[in-house]
Amino acid sequence: MSAPNKSYDPVEVEALKPEEIERMRDEAVAAIAAAPDLKTLREVKAAHVGDRSPLALANRELSALPPHARADAGKRVGQARGAVNKALAARQEELEAERDARVLVEEAVDVTLPYDRIPLGARHPLTTLADRITDVFVAMGYEVAEGPEVEAEWYNFDALNIAKDHPARTMQDTFFVDSGRGDGTRLGDGLGPDASGDVVLRTHTSPVQIRSMLDREPPVYVICPGRVYRTDELDATHTPVFHQIELLAVDEGLTMADLKGTLDHMVLSLFGEGLKTRLRPNYFPFTEPSAEMDMECYVCHGASVGDPDNPCRTCSSEGWIELGGCGMVNPRVLAACGIDADRYSGFAFGFGIERLLMFRHNVEDMRDMVEGDVRFTRPFGMEI
Amino acid sequence: MRVPLSWLREYVDLPATETGRDVQAKLVAAGLEVERVEQLGAGLKGPLVVGNVLAIEELTGFKKPIRYCQVDVSTANGTGEPQNIVCGATNFRVGDKVVVILPGGVLPGNFEISARKTYGRLSEGMICSARELGMGTDHDGIVVLPPEHEVGTDAIELLELVDEVLDIAVTPDRGYCLSMRGVARETAIAYGLPLRDPALLDVPEPNPHGYEVKISDPVGCDRFTARTVTDLDLEAHSPIWLQRRLQKAGMRPISLAVDITNYVMLELGQPLHAYDKNRLDGPLGVRRAQPGEKLTTLDGVQRILDSEDLVITDNSGPIGLAGVMGGAHTEIADAVRDEETRELHGTTEVVIEAAHFDPVAVARTGRRHKLISEASKRFERGVDPQAASAAAQRTVDLLVLLAGGTAEAGVTEIVSPSAPRTIAMAADHPDKVAGMEYGRQAVVRHLQQIGCDVYGSDELTVTVPSWRPDLAEPNDLAEEVIRLEGYETLPSTLPKIPPGRGLTETQRLLRRIGRALAGAGYVEAPTYPFLGEAVFDQLGIETGDPRRRTVTLLNPLSDEEPALRTTLLPGLLGALRRNEGRGSRDLALFETGLVFLPSGEEPAPPRPGVDRRPLDEEIAALDAALPHQPRHVAVVLAGAREQAGWWGQGRPASWADAVQAARTVACEAGVELTVSSGQYAPWHPGRCAALHVVVDGEQTLIGHAGELHPRVVKALGLPERTAAMELDLELLERARTGALVAPRVSTFPVATQDVALVVDASVPANEVESALREGAGELLESLRLFDIFTGEQIGEGRKSLAYALRFRAADRTLTAEETSAARTAAVAAASLRTGAVLRGA
Ligand SMILES: [Zn+2]
Repeated sequence: MSAPNKSYDPVEVEALKPEEIERMRDEAVAAIAAAPDLKTLREVKAAHVGDRSPLALANRELSALPPHARADAGKRVGQARGAVNKALAARQEELEAERDARVLVEEAVDVTLPYDRIPLGARHPLTTLADRITDVFVAMGYEVAEGPEVEAEWYNFDALNIAKDHPARTMQDTFFVDSGRGDGTRLGDGLGPDASGDVVLRTHTSPVQIRSMLDREPPVYVICPGRVYRTDELDATHTPVFHQIELLAVDEGLTMADLKGTLDHMVLSLFGEGLKTRLRPNYFPFTEPSAEMDMECYVCHGASVGDPDNPCRTCSSEGWIELGGCGMVNPRVLAACGIDADRYSGFAFGFGIERLLMFRHNVEDMRDMVEGDVRFTRPFGMEI
Repeated sequence: MRVPLSWLREYVDLPATETGRDVQAKLVAAGLEVERVEQLGAGLKGPLVVGNVLAIEELTGFKKPIRYCQVDVSTANGTGEPQNIVCGATNFRVGDKVVVILPGGVLPGNFEISARKTYGRLSEGMICSARELGMGTDHDGIVVLPPEHEVGTDAIELLELVDEVLDIAVTPDRGYCLSMRGVARETAIAYGLPLRDPALLDVPEPNPHGYEVKISDPVGCDRFTARTVTDLDLEAHSPIWLQRRLQKAGMRPISLAVDITNYVMLELGQPLHAYDKNRLDGPLGVRRAQPGEKLTTLDGVQRILDSEDLVITDNSGPIGLAGVMGGAHTEIADAVRDEETRELHGTTEVVIEAAHFDPVAVARTGRRHKLISEASKRFERGVDPQAASAAAQRTVDLLVLLAGGTAEAGVTEIVSPSAPRTIAMAADHPDKVAGMEYGRQAVVRHLQQIGCDVYGSDELTVTVPSWRPDLAEPNDLAEEVIRLEGYETLPSTLPKIPPGRGLTETQRLLRRIGRALAGAGYVEAPTYPFLGEAVFDQLGIETGDPRRRTVTLLNPLSDEEPALRTTLLPGLLGALRRNEGRGSRDLALFETGLVFLPSGEEPAPPRPGVDRRPLDEEIAALDAALPHQPRHVAVVLAGAREQAGWWGQGRPASWADAVQAARTVACEAGVELTVSSGQYAPWHPGRCAALHVVVDGEQTLIGHAGELHPRVVKALGLPERTAAMELDLELLERARTGALVAPRVSTFPVATQDVALVVDASVPANEVESALREGAGELLESLRLFDIFTGEQIGEGRKSLAYALRFRAADRTLTAEETSAARTAAVAAASLRTGAVLRGA
């Protein structure tokens, strides 16, 4: 702030005449409007708003006026300076917007450029599918049980009511572990009550059922996913190493209707609403009664049956897809686990994950699932 | 079991309109696995008639023998003139009766026949082979019919060429369905029609005049019927209907007597054996073999017998493996004509054996000698002991009828006494198993349908039929009731399940590790666990390394890979190589799976009884028999970890990525991983990190990571500088501590200090870091190595490590003095522990 004038000089007060103030304002506003860029605007600002601008100087003269005139003039000068500042701000904003628009255009990139700097990983669909099925049952209250892959025959066969010479045993093309005696024979070939058993690669996840029943008091509700082995050569439809998932429920009063309801719930959870399921009588030593579980083909819903013009690859135009085996736990199996079969009953079912993956995702060749080719696995991502 | 529909109709009056598919649906619903329905003679169209070969002209000048034949087809061709036919087969001669298809006819496979010029002659039709007629695929020759069939007869009907065959996979519990009788019974029940039981025959009472039989092992053989038929006509041959039924059922016609025994086996399920009576030396016997005894079976193989083998004997020793296969010596001989005397020689007197053998004995003998026959298949699954005498009678009847034989009056029948088998079952047991109400009446009705006798009201006493050895317990009966009511009628309900605890920590961790590694760019590749010695050599794993102590299989798929993995690397590196071979270059794979670590001291597992829970010590002994099977995780990488691109340079995968993968895994477990330099095959000795965690207060080695040894890379044909990591998840899991304590987040300002420390090049960075941490005290919020520098200024064999230290207090703004004191203390600790010198100091 400059010092007030000591003496009153009417000539010098020319600058505070209304016309003069209007002129100064208009000149400033015109200069602001005419500024073509931010740099010029900065100069215009210095000339018309700065300390040495006419309006600032006029403002400084105010104190020279007598009080009554000072109020009027002050108001006029104030309004003029307000108008100039407003114009300046508006122009500033306008020019900045123009500049920004230009710069942002210049900074534009091709957003379609690829960015595969670190290629994506993935979990194997056999893993994620097993997880997904598991989760269906965990949500119902089942717990996940696991067991060893190298397993004692007692768990893999005997306790499951598959006696040594039972014809069912021949269905299980089993890998036997070398006992180390060096004569290439099996330990368990002997007869008699003291004969020892063999160690095998488990041929199904059913031994985990036995372990679960020995570990827990009923009620037992477990789901057992796992890797199993059979002596099949690898080809388009077979693999010696594959995955199963089995369910076991042991409780008071369980029925085949409960088994059917549980199967229905699983199919609903994995394939959606409205698909029929069916049980067909079958034979398994560890269940009695036993059944084969089928589900209605989720692709053609049976429409392909007898319609050679519209064949269905998923169900081979059968209308039904075979899921696996199931049944009521054979009371002999319960007995082998020390569970009172008069009080408790149970149901169980199991199926192959590979097969499920094959028909759920149109996998045509078993080898694709076992060879670990990243081109097969990567698209499956984290979950299935 | 292959079941011709035409044959099935003999026992059940199925509606004429029922097709094979219809019957299939009914039987499937009743629990028989009818895998398919074969349509025999589909598309076959006449004229197809019996012809008589009048003349054969051998055409020459062709690559193969070609015959120009005149065949009398009577008036089937409309003219009565002989038909001229060119034929490429030679197994027939003038005067033979053959099957001729005339122009206008169609053979199966839509093969239309017309008169055509071939080999320079006009051929008006075709003389047909068995294969062309769809009669079987076992030979290509022309069908030569028995001479009695009249020329011009319609051969489609004569040979029963159009039929449907149900192919049934019989489950082990339904041995009775390995017979027409059994399948007919199921069919009759499914249709609610009466069954004409072919085993209901008049059988003469046993008497002492039959062929002598001595049973010294009544457990192995509880029933033996012997009948004798003499005066067999050597000229007799199997009639067409018999041959055709055998063919449709999948058996090859051989000779009349053999065909008859096979036919009766198919019909009644009772395996039979016919001995040439003149080759038998004394009475028939049944006993266990003496070890080392020899027997040449019908298939010409000489077998050394085991003391468990059940054998049929005569005075000369074993003459057959009971229930499995007969011996060659006492086999009935085909009729053979002596070329000089023109006389026929062959078996004219036979002894028929219809016996019942112990299923286990038969199964074991069959397995021991790797011999599965139609007979053993049936005995293993259980044959109806009550059908033996009927089967013998049926065989005798057919030999008399078809072979002109004379049945001797003697009937030998040895039967070990046995009581009928009964099961006590509550009448509502099937209801309880099914979860729906059938009611006592329905239960009793179904049990009677399958041949049971049922007494009682609330508690039923059920006597099961002799052909159902599988029925032993109430649940077996419940299944019969439920399947006959139809599984499709079962309601759908859900049990009331007590609340579960969700996944275990271990299970959640495994999933998390999979996600974390996949998130870091690794692709999961579960691999086979089989490996061989060779791969240990390739990996540079030395003799005596515990990883060479493997679980070995008795019957591996490949003799090259008889062992189970002790490390995940061979399989995973195999997958890496396979991917590389298929053109993928930048690879990062992971696997989680079990490895198998035997101690070599595992005892043989016991086989506790299964009528009770095993004792705790038995359970312990079972587990002790198994190798340790911890779960491991492994990664392998090769090629670029980061790709080059428009953003700039790429970065090759290296040892550091492998170590980082271990950190990623440990981080998911919330476990602090200590990395130190290690030396371990198959890693590069200078680029191998040993991974430790604290288990029960002890630093424990859980795995290794780094770059593979160049020799291993070469031996396995891997991409250069392939890196790998493997660690034991079970140990990692054991290193887990309690729940994480949440960090306190201070909102006071941070004070940053950088230090550059010069140390000997051999000093590991993590030692410098831990010294700094310790020295800095609790004001240190974080510390990060941001640069490593080597060069002249630093000095030979030295390196400079530059760290950024961030200090912050929870309750105040640090003063400059506090910060620099902490920094000084940090540097002092580093100097003391690692000989570090502040750079420029
Ligand atoms: Zn379909």
